Amino acid sequence: MPTLKRTNVLTEVRTHYCPGCGHGIAHRLVAEVIEELGIREKTIAVAPVGCAVLMYDYFNCDMTECPHGRPPAMATGIKRTQPDKIVFTYQGDGDLAAIGTAETIHAANRGENITVIFINNAIYGMTGGQMAPTTLTGMRSTTSQDGRGEHGEGPPLKVCELLSTLDGVCYLERTAVSTPKDVNATKRAIKKAFQNQIDGRGFSLVEVLSMCPTDWKLSTAQSVDFVNNEMKEAFPLGVYKDKG
Amino acid sequence: MNKVHFDKHRCKGCGMCVLFCPQKILRMSAGLNDQGFPYPELTDPDRCTACGMCFRMCPDCAIQVDKDGVKIKDKKETTDVTK
Repeated sequence: MPTLKRTNVLTEVRTHYCPGCGHGIAHRLVAEVIEELGIREKTIAVAPVGCAVLMYDYFNCDMTECPHGRPPAMATGIKRTQPDKIVFTYQGDGDLAAIGTAETIHAANRGENITVIFINNAIYGMTGGQMAPTTLTGMRSTTSQDGRGEHGEGPPLKVCELLSTLDGVCYLERTAVSTPKDVNATKRAIKKAFQNQIDGRGFSLVEVLSMCPTDWKLSTAQSVDFVNNEMKEAFPLGVYKDKG
Repeated sequence: MNKVHFDKHRCKGCGMCVLFCPQKILRMSAGLNDQGFPYPELTDPDRCTACGMCFRMCPDCAIQVDKDGVKIKDKKETTDVTK
């Protein structure tokens, strides 16, 4: 077995994420895929607004920062002007599924040749645990204190199911980072999403179910159980579309 | 020599490695690192199989695993807090 160590695509900066947050695992997987595909020199990442807003400090590739919800639109512009570059966006659920719903759906519908990494932790993390579009039915947050669904909030938005109806989409998969098995599956999915872009196949999105122990007000072990037992039930894992 | 090395100053003490270690040979330290977090310690290095579960689940990439247990002792620890 080769040595397992920190990839050079990540900088030495220590992340600002809370203890037990899934963003760190997702960052490592994206960075390892970039290293394995040998595309660091031509990768341009689009950072979101949300917990991952400072990710430009953590990656050793070209980075841009984007207004809230607009990474797919910015990635479209970058990819169209520089088609030889590899462009990916990294977005949370508030960014991609709330304020950026229009940008996401239209970029997907146009079949833009970009890769989207979507971190779904069912809550607004950076702003202190408000209800997100993906908050589970019955789940409490600071803005749904009786549990979601009690006051007409509706059910959680399922992004993979929604986008799977669009013809322009090439690849959709929902994975998680709550067990070692799921982490390996997530890496395979992210690698495939990048490979699709290299091969010019079109829009690829990987939704990653992730832990947020701080805003769920749970311990690390409890938040892992929450993803495994409750989130996976509301958001079934699997491939939702694969034209490849 | 240990097969697993912890960059203790990078650790935030979430305990994910302790939770997923199949051999159950990790525990959180009594002391704190320079960020004020406890960090993992090996209780029985000889039973470590270098499976890499802790590496896979660590959100802070603070773990390095080497099956042969070589050259890990030279690894520089993170000391710069901001950058």
